[in-house]
Amino acid sequence: MGDGCQTGPIIKEIAALLERQKLAVLATEGEMGPYTNIVSYTFSDDLRHIFFATTRATRKYSNISSHNMVSMLVDNRTNRVDDLFQAKAVTVIGRSEELGEEEKDLALSLMTARHPYLEDFLSSPTTATIKIHVHRYILVSHFQNVREVIFHDENDNSPC
Amino acid sequence: MMKMIIPLAEITAGDRPLAGGKAWALSRLLQEGINVPEGICITSEVYRLFIHQTGLEDIVQLELNRKSFEEMRWEEIWDVSLRIRNHFLRMKMPPEIASLLEKNILYYFGTSPTVVRSSAPSEDSAATSFAGLHESVVNVRGRRDIIAAVRRVWASLWSDGAILYRRELGLDVHKSTMAVVIQEIIKGERSGVAFTEAPDNSHNSILEAVWGLNQGFVDGTVEPDRWFFLRETGKTISHTPPSQRDRIVIPSTDGTMIMTLDDERSKTPPLSDQEAEKLLKLGMRVEDIFLAPQDMEWTIRGNRTYLLQSRPVTTIGKAGEDRRSWYLSLTRSLDNLKGLRERIETTLLPAMDEDALKFKKMDLIPLTDNELSREITDRLSVLEKWEKVYWDDFIPFAHGARLFGQFYNDRMTPKDPYEFVDLLVGTEMTSIARNTVLEDLAEEIRRDGPLREKLGKGLDIPAPFLAKVQGFVTAYETIPGSSEPDLISGRIIQLILEMADSPPSSHEEKGKKTSNMKDRYLASFQGKERLLAQDLLELGRASWKLRDNDNIYLARIKVEVERASSEGKRRIQKMNRKDPDLYREAGDVARALDDPDYMPPSPDPGQDTVPEITSAVEIRVRQVKGQPASPGIATGTARVIRHDGDLFEFKKGEILVCDAIEPNMTFVVPLASAIVERRGGMLIHGAIIAREYGLPCVTGIPGAVDIISTGKRLTVDGHLGIVIIGN
Repeated sequence: MGDGCQTGPIIKEIAALLERQKLAVLATEGEMGPYTNIVSYTFSDDLRHIFFATTRATRKYSNISSHNMVSMLVDNRTNRVDDLFQAKAVTVIGRSEELGEEEKDLALSLMTARHPYLEDFLSSPTTATIKIHVHRYILVSHFQNVREVIFHDENDNSPC
Repeated sequence: MMKMIIPLAEITAGDRPLAGGKAWALSRLLQEGINVPEGICITSEVYRLFIHQTGLEDIVQLELNRKSFEEMRWEEIWDVSLRIRNHFLRMKMPPEIASLLEKNILYYFGTSPTVVRSSAPSEDSAATSFAGLHESVVNVRGRRDIIAAVRRVWASLWSDGAILYRRELGLDVHKSTMAVVIQEIIKGERSGVAFTEAPDNSHNSILEAVWGLNQGFVDGTVEPDRWFFLRETGKTISHTPPSQRDRIVIPSTDGTMIMTLDDERSKTPPLSDQEAEKLLKLGMRVEDIFLAPQDMEWTIRGNRTYLLQSRPVTTIGKAGEDRRSWYLSLTRSLDNLKGLRERIETTLLPAMDEDALKFKKMDLIPLTDNELSREITDRLSVLEKWEKVYWDDFIPFAHGARLFGQFYNDRMTPKDPYEFVDLLVGTEMTSIARNTVLEDLAEEIRRDGPLREKLGKGLDIPAPFLAKVQGFVTAYETIPGSSEPDLISGRIIQLILEMADSPPSSHEEKGKKTSNMKDRYLASFQGKERLLAQDLLELGRASWKLRDNDNIYLARIKVEVERASSEGKRRIQKMNRKDPDLYREAGDVARALDDPDYMPPSPDPGQDTVPEITSAVEIRVRQVKGQPASPGIATGTARVIRHDGDLFEFKKGEILVCDAIEPNMTFVVPLASAIVERRGGMLIHGAIIAREYGLPCVTGIPGAVDIISTGKRLTVDGHLGIVIIGN
């Protein structure tokens, strides 16, 4: 039977993919149009939030400062034909928010635990810590099977 | 450099991984001075180069992984296999491989007839036997035809049976390769097999023999004479003649053919007891060479005995062996199917019809409660009997369409591997005839404004029109709910009104195209081959048609069970008992009629419960991949059929979504814009009817009725086999 009706398996699948990968492609929107680059990330256990860090001088920082909706792609492709049926990709759609001092410490400790080699970068005063409030995950497997997880969050009514 | 082509006599033990078990065994026998037909081995290196240089390697991977294996029915695996086979047949041969093959075929065989066999490395061992799952092509000559045969043998590495069996044994598909043996053909006058140790009794040896070639015997068309020996002494224990020794397989111009055996030979066993013992001795000699009991194929021409192949006996009970026979049963010979067709058409269907008619004629009202109870039980057992026939005979007969499909693709190598289906459709199918009657009624409404208005407003239905509708219900009594004629007439009228709202659907233009295709197909064969081509087409059509009709016949019996059961329920209610709907099964009704205190077990709640939606998380399936079953693309609103009653809600342009289309459901198909079904495969009813009406169809969508709900917007892509849910 299809696995589309139950939340358990798909949530686990997404969590496993997020856990296994270290890098994601972040898409932001700016004056030049859509803009993508690679970021290190971590995420909350309930999958509702994803965190990454950036220095404030970057184009992506400037983009999210003016357009807070972002998209992110995490995938496990290996650049072989097998990818077409073995690779999985999850697209995240959500609203980004720069964390203030209070919340920042917790997020940074999560980030440092997952990316210890980034400690200097993460603790620099010029680095901003960004939290994505996830509205939706879109999981693509087997090349063309697409399933979505949508979070209806009362405190976060951005269009999705 | 890896060896590409090796003469059989020169294969060494070190070549075995490239040449396969069969080729290696033949070379050992030659080296021991045993009479084996001359030949060459095209090593698996050539196969590897071919799939690598052409990109087939990746195509095979993609096809095999289209869906997860656990979610595929074997019909879908047949489709996968069909597509892979077509790629192998059509793929352009890289020039250096073509020239290598041509040069060697010319050098070793000239224009002599040959047999082309599989020799898959590492797959024939004591524990596994792929005998029969891979292909052999008998009696081919000339460079072009032999190369075509080599392609077929390569492709048979991916036959449905071989895929399933390999999967079951846990063999890695990535490592599967195929070597091919080409040998000069020996036109044997007597042939057979020998087991130096019987698979089911280690004290015995067995020998089987037929007149002519052993092809017919291998696929079960010709029944052999059989000898049993005491293994220790090699002396005959018994000789069992076949029930009928009446047929023989001989070489034809291009392949083999079955003939009736002449009188003299049909009275004589192919071997004397002495000859049989002598052959067994040869087998024992081979056993000594390989140090294991052997399963060998032999043939005798004049006074020379040839060993065609030898492999270790696979003992019953070892991994997968018992299942292999089932996988083998997926392939049936033309002859076998022709016999089955006759049995179905002349015996089974008429008997089924007779049963249905007998039930239909019976007046149930005068029966006492006990008599009615017995009648229900009788009807149930008759239904059970026919359901068994359905699985044992009707389903296997579906292979007729597959056999034709493979034959068509082998010769025509069409771009679309399902092109052959267009030659099968357009035959008189009961559900199409039924739908034509509905369409005629709809046309009457289209032309008659006042009638339409009356029907639309639910006013009195003019008697002549009502009579026609009632006539339809009587004629096609398998429409769901037809055991209640008044209710059903009203529902049918609603449906016809819905049909009348849009222009007539037509599927008649196909006729001309089909007739051109048929001419083109037949023109590509000559002489006796054309007769075979015609035979196969006819068999394919009969098989296709039966896929529709058998269900309808079965449904007529079901309706009669239902009619008796309804009468029983009516009486239970009248006796002022509990809710008659508690008695869901006819068997429960029968028991309750006999025993007033009987209460059926409560229904299993597992089926219809809706999964609990927790918190504020929503899971949606956005896009699902199934099997492309009928080309085209359509977007529309889903109508999910969970119960028969849902059918009557059907609106023009909706997309029919169901678990499995039964033929008695297809009267709504003319209203549908596409079909989505959980069951997968090209030869299932939903796919057949969709192609018939030219509707896009995707089959093999896991949990279709659970992940899609009525009213959802769907896009059905019948080219790619994808369903997209939502805007």
